[in-house]
Amino acid sequence: MSPAEQPHLEVVNVSKLFGTVTALDKVSFTASQGEFLSILGPSGCGKTTILRVVAGLEPQTSGSVSINGQDVSRLPVSKRNIGIVFQSYALFPNLTATKNVAYGLKSKGMDKKDLRKKVEDLMDLVGLSGMGEKYPSQLSGGQQQRVALARAMALSPNLLLLDEPLSALDAKVRIKLRSEIRDLQRRLGVTTIMVTHDQEEALTMADRILVMDQGELVQFGAPHEIYDFPSTPFVASFIGSMNFIRGAVKAEENRFKLGESLIHAGEANKVSNGAEALMAIRPEDVLVNANGQSGPNTFQAKVLHMEYKGSNFRVRFQPTQMDTNPIIEAEIATEKIRRLDIREGQLTDIDLPVDRIRVYESQGSQAHA
Amino acid sequence: MKAMIRLFALSLVLVMGLAAYAQAEDLLVYTALEDDEIPIYLELFNEMHPDINVQIVRDSTGIITAKILAEADNPQADVIWGTAATSLMLADQAGIVEPYAPAGLDRVRPAMRDANEVPHWVGIKAWMTGFCVNTIEMEALGLPTPSSFADLIDPVYKGQLIMPNPASSGTGFLTVSAILQMMGEEAGWEYLDALHENISRYTHSGSKPCKLAGSGETPIGISFAYRGFIQREKGEPVVTVFPEEGSGWDVEANALVKKAEIKDAARIFLDWAISPEVMELYARVYPVTAYDVGAPIPEGYPTDPEAQLIENDFQWAAANRARILEEWTNRYDGKSDPQ
Amino acid sequence: MPNGTLALGTRQQGFWQRVDSEVWIRRLLIALLCIWMLAVVVLPLGTLLSKSLVNQDGEFVGLANFIKYFQTPALSSSLGNSMFVAVLTTLISVSLGFGFAYALTRTCLPMKGMFKGLALTPIFAPTLLNGIALVYLFGRKGLITLGFFGHLDFLAVDIGLYGPVGIIISEVIFTFPQAMLILTIALSMTDARLYEASDSLGASKLRTFFTVTIPSIKYGLISAVFVCFILAFTDFGAPKVVGGNYNILATDIYKQVIGQQNFVMGAVVSVVLLVPTVLAFSVDRIVQRKQVSLIAAKSVPLIPKPEPLRDRIFLTFCSLIAFLIIAFYLTALFASLVKVWPYTIELGLWHYDFTGTGGGGYTAFFNSIRMALYSAAIGVGLTFASAYLIEKTRGLKALRGIAYFLSILPLALPGLVIGLAYIFFFNAPGWSFWGITIPNPLNFLYATMGILVMSNIVHFYTVSFLTATTALKQLDNEFETVSESMGVPFYRTFFRVTVPVCLPAVLEIFMYYFVNSMATVSAVIFLYSADTKLASVAVANMDDAGDIAPACAMAMLIVVANIAMRIIYGLVTKGAKRKTQAWTVR
Repeated sequence: MSPAEQPHLEVVNVSKLFGTVTALDKVSFTASQGEFLSILGPSGCGKTTILRVVAGLEPQTSGSVSINGQDVSRLPVSKRNIGIVFQSYALFPNLTATKNVAYGLKSKGMDKKDLRKKVEDLMDLVGLSGMGEKYPSQLSGGQQQRVALARAMALSPNLLLLDEPLSALDAKVRIKLRSEIRDLQRRLGVTTIMVTHDQEEALTMADRILVMDQGELVQFGAPHEIYDFPSTPFVASFIGSMNFIRGAVKAEENRFKLGESLIHAGEANKVSNGAEALMAIRPEDVLVNANGQSGPNTFQAKVLHMEYKGSNFRVRFQPTQMDTNPIIEAEIATEKIRRLDIREGQLTDIDLPVDRIRVYESQGSQAHA
Repeated sequence: MKAMIRLFALSLVLVMGLAAYAQAEDLLVYTALEDDEIPIYLELFNEMHPDINVQIVRDSTGIITAKILAEADNPQADVIWGTAATSLMLADQAGIVEPYAPAGLDRVRPAMRDANEVPHWVGIKAWMTGFCVNTIEMEALGLPTPSSFADLIDPVYKGQLIMPNPASSGTGFLTVSAILQMMGEEAGWEYLDALHENISRYTHSGSKPCKLAGSGETPIGISFAYRGFIQREKGEPVVTVFPEEGSGWDVEANALVKKAEIKDAARIFLDWAISPEVMELYARVYPVTAYDVGAPIPEGYPTDPEAQLIENDFQWAAANRARILEEWTNRYDGKSDPQ
Repeated sequence: MPNGTLALGTRQQGFWQRVDSEVWIRRLLIALLCIWMLAVVVLPLGTLLSKSLVNQDGEFVGLANFIKYFQTPALSSSLGNSMFVAVLTTLISVSLGFGFAYALTRTCLPMKGMFKGLALTPIFAPTLLNGIALVYLFGRKGLITLGFFGHLDFLAVDIGLYGPVGIIISEVIFTFPQAMLILTIALSMTDARLYEASDSLGASKLRTFFTVTIPSIKYGLISAVFVCFILAFTDFGAPKVVGGNYNILATDIYKQVIGQQNFVMGAVVSVVLLVPTVLAFSVDRIVQRKQVSLIAAKSVPLIPKPEPLRDRIFLTFCSLIAFLIIAFYLTALFASLVKVWPYTIELGLWHYDFTGTGGGGYTAFFNSIRMALYSAAIGVGLTFASAYLIEKTRGLKALRGIAYFLSILPLALPGLVIGLAYIFFFNAPGWSFWGITIPNPLNFLYATMGILVMSNIVHFYTVSFLTATTALKQLDNEFETVSESMGVPFYRTFFRVTVPVCLPAVLEIFMYYFVNSMATVSAVIFLYSADTKLASVAVANMDDAGDIAPACAMAMLIVVANIAMRIIYGLVTKGAKRKTQAWTVR
């Protein structure tokens, strides 16, 4: 993350209503100079709307947007000095790559020589030197994407907005472009906001992630914070997968009762004694402990089902002596399965590490394991 | 080379334009004269008055009348030329006509001009009903050649007659008006009822029945005399029959249009339109003209063409025109040629 | 790079100002568009409607004129006649059109391009020509009535042309290409997988036809029905020539206005004509709005498999229709060259020398060409720009909605109604309301080329507008956003990107305007003047005067001009395609 000074972009309490539908509900966040933010959420969560509000394509109902300390809330897109790359790239089909990139520069009355130089530099930058005379339809998806990026960067924008920039591409190209875009963004030092519904994209590319749900900003933080400490069951289930154990009641400090069984958990102070809690643990955090070592949360469990996934197995356990019979999934390396010779129907010990268990207040929380 | 021609053409246009700027005046003339007559007369006019540029709007009598009346609030035409006197009377009632006494008015027969001292309209010639009969078709169908109105209601002609719709055609109106005047209204409508039985369709223009007879689409067309002679000249197997009872007729007349700005050229045109020079041209194909120019009667017409004309009360015709047409339309319009 | 940000940032200051005003320019343009449509569609129509409610002296009489209309059998019987003719035409036209379209899309018909081209010939002809050609075929001295001048006596038959028979034949020829085109598009947009599914379920051919084919072209079928109905219901050219004693609404309007000077009754009949047309139009719009695209992005185009018997039947059917259409127009061409039909069968160009006939001859013809070119050039600009503004502007929803509605409306207006409304509206020197007189600012247009061009633009507006809209919808909406974000003025993107990419549609609209402006007679017949005589009006006038051969010759000239334009269009499109091939390979 860049050094925290005055925020480069500041979004304060932005709300957007479409008729009576609330698309954005008091969303606030900041980005510092050169930071890469990713807005993540399911479709219809308002992530594209927030991007359009920041861009000035959609006027917010209330709240403000400032760039570089200047309030741009009421400025049209053309006055905000931003570059945009759309999902479709929106490359002009009748213009060559070079002309697409030069498009915005031309109307700035730039000297012809300077313009050519600048466009060449941009094409080099995105690794497309020599492709300038091709038309968009003659370029591959990835190349088109890079032309769009070069075009967006041509006017040296204050802010680069990427709207699902990779979703139209093949899986392999997508992965390659992720790091390319990230590198490019770092080199240029341009503050960037990318909208995506792909959690992996957000986790690998962003400095910080905004997770949105139903028009609300639910969590804003670095990728590892979001992954390790999801603030709500929604975040927990939307990013990565998560086991949820329902019905536990906080008995005393650090201990929860599930029926008569006891589960130890950190984060226990999130709920008060006697309150019902939703406990969660990521499958990869569930340990298979076959050599007798046991922690406070070691339980005997039956292997119900095993799903082969190549490098890993997804194994479904059911603890034998735990009340309410919860089912717990674990992600276990194939190597370990092989070494421990785990099979369906077998009994084995599993351990739920105390510090990996997340606790949420139970009421109203909806979660899908 | 091309450039040279273009340059030449351009300078020519420029010179002509300048010359025109000095004198040429546009004159918009509405007329119901026949399409094939107009160029002959206009050639003479252009010779005599090259500085006036005449624009012609020509249509059937009814349509020209309609146009004039429609534009009453904002008249477009400068002059009305060669249009049925009965129609001009209507236009006069609508306040569209500016009285004018053209040069040489004293020569015009009293019957062929408006009775006012400064006449509201002045006639140029009379045109009359004539039957165009296609000899080839008549023979093929074994039909006798009719010689009178009375003959036409013979059931042998059922479906073999075409006549103009009086609502749109001047010829149609003068024929109906003549029948009503000759026979009296009651007998006249009875006659028309009987005639209607033989008519296959009513056309919009007065010349069309004759042209259809010429092309064999009908053996007999009730039209006007001039048309029959011209179609014959074109090589069509047509003879013109003048009804024994006498022919309905009307005067083709001129009038000056009342506008905010009346052009001198309009008066010049009206003077010319009754001048002896053009009267001679009229007389070549029409036996009865505004005044006698001593031309021989065109071939094919009765020796005494004026005797062929019935007693025609124009005032009565104009005054009753609307009523006659309404009655006619109510009785027969189902068979009218669509416009 | 961040340094560059600052440098450009300051330079953009002045530039922002300009772009801000662009929003206003757009708003202004859309508002202007609405005002324009108001002035050329709504106000004239309003004038026409108000005319139908007053008496000859201009006093308000309520519905009295309509009561009189329906109490006069000579007038009101035309409504039934028009309905009869239009319904029968629609039935025949849509059936034949369906057969032809089916052959083009679902069978292995050879030379599909040629068949389609031949079937489209009537589009280039004024409907007056359809009537005239019929006179030469089936009139009392027609080619077929006379058994080819006695050479083929056994073929001689008199069909009693003048009346509903003649009108319906003409209208079928006129509307067939429209039905065929709409149904071809509908039939070609079906997912082949539906047929495979039906086949695999063991459904019979007939069952598949009724459960898959018909439902999938439902909307096309409905559209074809309404388009044919409206065209046949409002056409004026053909009934004028072969209507005989059979009165229909379109010819009644003309007769009332031109023949009997009864403008009020003309307005009344216009309203009577307008009501079913607007109804048909509205029903069609409502139905079409319900249409959900049946074509998924992944749908598989249907490629017909050879089936000898079926293919042969359809080949015979299409050959017959193509032959009839070609023979029809060749007869007209032949007749226009005959010296004195049917007495002197010598071929020559006598009738192409228009001296001594009404209508204006070659002056009229070249006026028509000029008018068609103006209409096409101005029309394409106006239509495309309006479609662009309506389709590609963010916000202003209400205003854009109004503009869209006004743009669709002209489709419901018959040419005669437009023409008559224009006389009333543009020839009025001014209007007084409560003693205040407002002069008519558009009065100067009356009796000029301008009013003819404008009536054509309005008359053929909707189809062009929809063509432009469809083309624009295929463009990425973000083109505008991207340019905006780069601070490029919208009109620059419009000319640099939108127009070039939509060039095929632009050319198509141009040709559509040209061809229709050349052939139309209904609107312009009320509006032409002495110095703007037109070829199509000349055809009508010469036919009126009984000069059928020259009328036929003039109509042939119109066809020739239109086909020439079609060829030029083909060449230009080909050239444009070659040029744009680079960016349309995918």
